Amino acid sequence: MMVMTSTLSVHGHNIKVTEVLKDGDTLTFLIVSQKLSGTGEHHVDRTYDDFEWLQQLLFSQEDEPGIQGVIFPSLPAKASANPSAKVMKQLGFLGLGEWQLYCKVLERYLRQVAAHSILSKNKAVEIFLTSSEPPGRQRARKNLFNRLSQAVEERRKEGYKDVDEFFQTERNHNLVLTCYAKTAAERFLDVVQSEQKIAVACAHFSASLHLCVEPGEDPDKQAFSKACVQLSEVFDSIKKNMTSVAENDMNTLGLGLDLESRCQEAEKEMLFRRTCKLVELEAARRNAEKAKPLKKAAMEEAKKTAEIEFNDICVVAKQEVHRFRAARVKMLQHTLVQWCEKQLLTAKESADQFNQQLQAFRGIAP
Amino acid sequence: MATSSERSPPPFPDSEDHDVLDSEEVGGRDSDEDDVGDELFTSAVNSPLTEHGSTPSPASQPSDVSMKPPRDIMDDPLIEPLSSQTENKPTSEDASEPSDDFVDLTGNITDSPGDAATDATEIPLDEPADDFVDLFGGEAEAPRGKVVVADVTIETAAHKREAADDVTDPPGDRKTGSNDEEQEAKETSTDSIIDLSDDLPAGDSQQPPPARDRFVDPLVNLLSDSPAAADAKIPSRATVDLFEDEGSDFFADPRQHKSAHQPQKSLFGEPDEDLFGEPLGAASKKPVSKEPRGKPVATKAGSNVSNTGGPLQEAADLFSEEAVTAVPGIKNASTVNSKTNGVHSEEETDIFAEATVELSLDSPRDERRKDVSAKPSASASALSAAASLAKSQSASLEELDEEGGEEEQEDEFEISISVKDPEKIGDGMNAYMAYKVTTQTQLAMFRNKTFTVRRRFSDFLGLYEKLSEKHGPNGFIVPPPPEKSILGMTKVKVGKEDSSSADFVERRRAALERYLQRVVNHPSLLQDPDVREFLEREELPRAVGTQALSGAGFLKMINKATDAVSKMTIKMNESDVWFEEKLQEVESADQQFRKLHTLVESLVVHRKELSLNTASFAKSTAMLGSAEDNTALSRALSQLAEVEDKMEQLHQEQAANDTFSFAELIADYVRLLGAVRGSFDHRMKAWQRWQDAQAALQKKRETEAKLLWANKPDKLQLAKEEIAEWEVKVTQYERDFDKVSATVRKEVNRFDKEKAKNFKREIINYLECHLQSQQQLIKYWEAFLPEAKAIA
Repeated sequence: MMVMTSTLSVHGHNIKVTEVLKDGDTLTFLIVSQKLSGTGEHHVDRTYDDFEWLQQLLFSQEDEPGIQGVIFPSLPAKASANPSAKVMKQLGFLGLGEWQLYCKVLERYLRQVAAHSILSKNKAVEIFLTSSEPPGRQRARKNLFNRLSQAVEERRKEGYKDVDEFFQTERNHNLVLTCYAKTAAERFLDVVQSEQKIAVACAHFSASLHLCVEPGEDPDKQAFSKACVQLSEVFDSIKKNMTSVAENDMNTLGLGLDLESRCQEAEKEMLFRRTCKLVELEAARRNAEKAKPLKKAAMEEAKKTAEIEFNDICVVAKQEVHRFRAARVKMLQHTLVQWCEKQLLTAKESADQFNQQLQAFRGIAP
Repeated sequence: MATSSERSPPPFPDSEDHDVLDSEEVGGRDSDEDDVGDELFTSAVNSPLTEHGSTPSPASQPSDVSMKPPRDIMDDPLIEPLSSQTENKPTSEDASEPSDDFVDLTGNITDSPGDAATDATEIPLDEPADDFVDLFGGEAEAPRGKVVVADVTIETAAHKREAADDVTDPPGDRKTGSNDEEQEAKETSTDSIIDLSDDLPAGDSQQPPPARDRFVDPLVNLLSDSPAAADAKIPSRATVDLFEDEGSDFFADPRQHKSAHQPQKSLFGEPDEDLFGEPLGAASKKPVSKEPRGKPVATKAGSNVSNTGGPLQEAADLFSEEAVTAVPGIKNASTVNSKTNGVHSEEETDIFAEATVELSLDSPRDERRKDVSAKPSASASALSAAASLAKSQSASLEELDEEGGEEEQEDEFEISISVKDPEKIGDGMNAYMAYKVTTQTQLAMFRNKTFTVRRRFSDFLGLYEKLSEKHGPNGFIVPPPPEKSILGMTKVKVGKEDSSSADFVERRRAALERYLQRVVNHPSLLQDPDVREFLEREELPRAVGTQALSGAGFLKMINKATDAVSKMTIKMNESDVWFEEKLQEVESADQQFRKLHTLVESLVVHRKELSLNTASFAKSTAMLGSAEDNTALSRALSQLAEVEDKMEQLHQEQAANDTFSFAELIADYVRLLGAVRGSFDHRMKAWQRWQDAQAALQKKRETEAKLLWANKPDKLQLAKEEIAEWEVKVTQYERDFDKVSATVRKEVNRFDKEKAKNFKREIINYLECHLQSQQQLIKYWEAFLPEAKAIA
């Protein structure tokens, strides 16, 4: 067992993805982290490929016991500067706006990695955060998880009976939650999109109300024109209200639900890996029992290795699950409170404004 | 021809004069006018009196309608009036050239419809009294455009008078009856005459008609001035009377239109109101200041209405507030009051007219309001009609205080209509929707205060057809009903009880309600017997032929009509900039509204979408909550689901609010703008007819010239008759055109005013709803926040 000597030289909790640059189709992210030693900062620019490289290295730490029991922080789907409709759909909330949400998610990813007791030990993390050389670009994707085959396997092994009650319930629960969280995030995305459409429609309405202004000094016409202008202002503030409501939705609950759904996804992957190990172990046990004397020793050896591995995984997985549950509830609570507060604020501001406008309208001479 | 040359160019000086007058201080102006009047008339007054005395009114003097003067006034007087005209407009060439010009002049006059009466009075000069009496009696009774015919013929002196006789059918009793009174009137002192004359000039100046006015003024002046006769004054008064009566009759009366038309030229505002207010004010002076006179006036007016109060009251009903304010003037015995009255009406014109006058909008109103409130007290001793007047007046006063005295509010107070309980009757494709139409009203013209009838949709369309057939050609903007919707109705018929058909029914119900309310808010449409029948009668004959209005075809039809209008506009040499500008305005407004409508509709679609999405999000939140094993989180999530459910309701309400406040309102206005364009169309048609008639007349003249050349006396006579006939037609058509123009103008102004008011009201409504839902939202969030905080 190798001991990871390298620990991070930067603060994990305030890593920031400050900027996103568009370079053709690629998005480049500027990552800032504070040095532990003193006042300096590391500024590095990373593309999505670099993130993927990091994620691969984290996945493939074969020498770390129980690495497969880790719930890996989930990396969002790849974004490009001109995303196709399909990519947009994959991205969900993250595709809205000008990638700020995407940056937020990457930031959160890095922080999770840096805060993780096992993952942060990996040299790759240090390199990723501090090296001025982009690490991931020369090595094309290696050891790619074959997601497709995994998905097929997953289906097959989903119903596999677990030996451990804890993991059995966790798996069942996870299955349900993954599904619901995903739907909720999608539905909420619909809501936000409708709100954005309303905002746009209000803006259009507001703009064309300005065109209704009639010239002339006739008092009736002037009254009408004035009403139009004021109504246009009203709709402008309705638009602003809707825009900020949509923004609040995106930035808080939207992000939260997205994270929740991807975290559940990550947990599911972890549980799946454990289940695979379990299947492997049971196969090894059977083999060891049935094995002919000649091969018995080898089989026993294999069985033992599998058992050790499986136990390692289980230990890590249990920790991870507990940690995950706590983190998740905290995250959701935080999200909901923040969301509610922001919406409340927006609603109050808007109500004030509408009230003023209403008074202004009443004030117009009849 | 003199007609065209004199008429067509709106003489600038006149309008300028008017402007100057307007811009002057109100009080100052008034006094000025009075002075002028005094001067004008005082000179004339004396001699007339003597003459008056000497002139034995042989036959019977017609009602004070000024039958008398005509008789007394001989040919000379005729010429003299012309010269007197020069007093006002010294430049008039007519003055110098006696009889020939006079003929022309009368011709001109006859062209301008309002003058019919005055023409008549002039013409009669040559003729024996009886005929005149007849003529006037006829006029008084039936002040329709027919009289015009008589006028035209008169121009050729006595021999054509027969025509006049024909025209004046109902001479009879009134003649003699009024005769006596007339006599009395004549015996009244010169003072009264002076008063009268005072009134007249005031009236003139108040209607400072640039273009046509010229003729009117001369006429009035002429009549009043004509030194030959004291009677001359009477005629002048008569003309005023005529105007008044006609004013009250407004809708039936062509002449009144004429008079309305003049002020419009210069004022651009709400000419009619102004006009009516003015004559009314003048009238009020008369009866009050000179008792004897007042009586004749009353009887005269009697032909239209029982007494002066009567017509006034009618006017008040018709024109509501403005007229009402004028009415109080009647009751004020002092000339001062009546003066102020006049002032006010003028101010009103200012308010509604171009902003050439730099009066603040508020102050005149306030003043007026004060006056109005002051008047009722003075009105205690009013004429017989006073009682009812006072009522309506006080009602309006209350409203003035509350609401700032807007015409429409008064209307709404008087009558409000609700359409309720849409009900599907029958099955299958023969099914139809029926609605309960409930009317609540304070108006005396209805038998009950509240009544309900059941009407089906095609009845509404039928009503519209009747109204637009009757009133459309006159230039009225008839509010259009919602069009038939085959798609929407089919859904209802098939019995699909989904939200879209419910939405359709509700939309239509509301649209019908607004439609009817608009109809009854229109002062003249409310008077229509068909409207009353629609609102009151239990059973209505089935409306047929409403198919033409079905579906989108209706809007298309309007579009076509308006296209035709714009094409015709190119042909029409638009002499009136106002109409040109207005038409463009209407067209651009139409486009704007259509655009707005699409935008609002899409907004509504998005709102509905949001509501649906919110609902499904609520559902998935609820599921997420139920699957959650952390109890606090689970609880919070199900709370959230409830909140989202409520929000869905809010969004739905908001969508409805958007729909009914804006989408439907704007759709209404798209329809109404179509109707506005239709009224322009009708005006154009009237113009076309007039032009055609003129062309025909020209041809006849040419033939006459040829015949003259060829020396064929037998045919010549025929040709002359034809010319006369066509001249009448031209006059008639021109008058029609002027009338339609005046109406259109008034209607469009009314429309603009309504539009501004309507939108303001709807916007306030909308904002109130919106604010409410926002506050509701705040409540929801506030309730949810502790739940979210309690999760940890």
